[in-house]
Amino acid sequence: MKRGWILPVLAGLGFVFLYAPIVALVVFSFNESRLVTVWAGFSTRWYVALVNDRQILQAAWVSLQVAVASATLATVLGVLAAFVLARLGRFRGRLLLTGMTAAPLVMPEVITGLSLLLLFVAMEGVLGWPGGRGMTTLIIAHTTFCLAFVAVIAQSRLRDMDDSLEEAARDLGAGPVRVFFDITLPVIAPALVAGWLLAFTLSLDDLVIASFVSGPGASTLPMVVFSKVRLGVSPDVNALATIIIAVVAVSIAIAGVILYRQARRRDQGG
Amino acid sequence: MSARSRPWRWTARGLGALGLSGRTLVVAVPMLWLLLFFLVPFFVLGRISLAEPILARPPYTPLFERGPDGALVILANLENYRLLWADTLYRNAYLSSIRIAAVSTVFALLIGYPIAYYIARAPEPRRTILLLLVILPFWTSFLLRVYAWMGFLQREGLINSALLGLGLIDAPLVMMQTTFAVQLGIVYTYLPFMILPLYANLTKIDDAFFEASADLGAAPVVTFLTVTLPLSLPGIIAGCMLVFIPAIGEYVIPALLGGPDTLMIGRVLWDEFFSARDWTMASAVAIVMLVLVVAPVMWLQSWLDRRGLNG
Repeated sequence: MKRGWILPVLAGLGFVFLYAPIVALVVFSFNESRLVTVWAGFSTRWYVALVNDRQILQAAWVSLQVAVASATLATVLGVLAAFVLARLGRFRGRLLLTGMTAAPLVMPEVITGLSLLLLFVAMEGVLGWPGGRGMTTLIIAHTTFCLAFVAVIAQSRLRDMDDSLEEAARDLGAGPVRVFFDITLPVIAPALVAGWLLAFTLSLDDLVIASFVSGPGASTLPMVVFSKVRLGVSPDVNALATIIIAVVAVSIAIAGVILYRQARRRDQGG
Repeated sequence: MSARSRPWRWTARGLGALGLSGRTLVVAVPMLWLLLFFLVPFFVLGRISLAEPILARPPYTPLFERGPDGALVILANLENYRLLWADTLYRNAYLSSIRIAAVSTVFALLIGYPIAYYIARAPEPRRTILLLLVILPFWTSFLLRVYAWMGFLQREGLINSALLGLGLIDAPLVMMQTTFAVQLGIVYTYLPFMILPLYANLTKIDDAFFEASADLGAAPVVTFLTVTLPLSLPGIIAGCMLVFIPAIGEYVIPALLGGPDTLMIGRVLWDEFFSARDWTMASAVAIVMLVLVVAPVMWLQSWLDRRGLNG
């Protein structure tokens, strides 16, 4: 049968659509001119401007701390939620927990952000905690919406996992905690890493929720970038974008090579 | 028994004395977190939407007040909801958000489907590489991906310079600050959310179906329309949900690419909160968005799940 040409062409155009803006962004970060569309020669001046921008650096540091903390918390809570839903069978509130781990995936960010801010303000009126808005409220908010993504990944891994391993361990006399830490956790470890990385990226990326729940002195990187970009195109943002893209591309390439090697070793061993 | 399980035994015994099992505890931790930080906020939202804005901290009236005789009086005020109904600005914003989100979802499906289908039928290792290429932009900043289009679409942008240079147009096209730009931005940034569920669904379909259809003499187009498309319906539904619902409440894209006349409800909510500083009105806008749009779509999704259509 003749292979169709329509599908590859459509898919190819789709990839061009996905990558053209990114390529343009990277190319123009090396442009001498302030105008983002006129090429005036190669230059790294926007990178120099970027590393001397204290506001950006400070915001990046805030974002990094929040992302590490909330990704870690979200991974712990998300795996617990996934484990409960995948392994514990029926319990009271199962439907509620299912809904609450799925809904944040599609909830519009403005609603999540506003409702969490109102909760924090109300809690402060009643309990005197969390004592103003800043890093703590940011971490709580990001943990809550990242948790759902980790739970989805961990749940699908738990469902695919052969549970005869866990059964065997139980038959050999291991308690439920031992089974979880010695069998379940190591088997689903790749999903945990993927979940943590996804949560980290989502937290680092979030503008809307952070704008609601953050306070003075705790501006995240997207908040600073947004206030710059709102006024128009600015080349130091292109430089920042290029750095982020480079870091992501290199990490994914390394991860890809490791996964590929592992797969090959498994094939050769088996 | 290993040393690790001993402290656990003591803890378990202690909790058992309190009437708590380890099982309850494991369920309780994620449950309590989500109740407190996901579900309860919606009740707070509903309660504040019934308050009146005042100049104070926090800027809304309390729900209860002591009357002159010392009795508790509940203060609920439906003024915000009346205004949402009466003022055409809000109604138009809801309608135009739904329209923009729907159009964007359709285009994301039209662009995403061939990509997902192509990847699903590609041999390894090309398949993994293509999949990584779809995911890669998703790992970079959402904000910066929207920003990238500003350089493309503006008056002196790349598209206009290219078209002018080729002599295809005489005057620059107005693309920035239009509804078109917003739809383009949504399609672009949400495309991976469309492709991934479609791909996951399409890889699960057994090749035997396609072979059988071809053996029985069906042309590729017929096979696609009568076999592939119906079988991939769960993926289509999942992908459309993942694009449509968040797109309705989108703020960043209309703020950066839209014009003053691009009405979207997420932007209205944002302005009520950050510019007008009316927390009560912002809450009412959010509640109506939840009741009108998000709840029915989520109900539909769970109904499909129960019917086993989303396996």
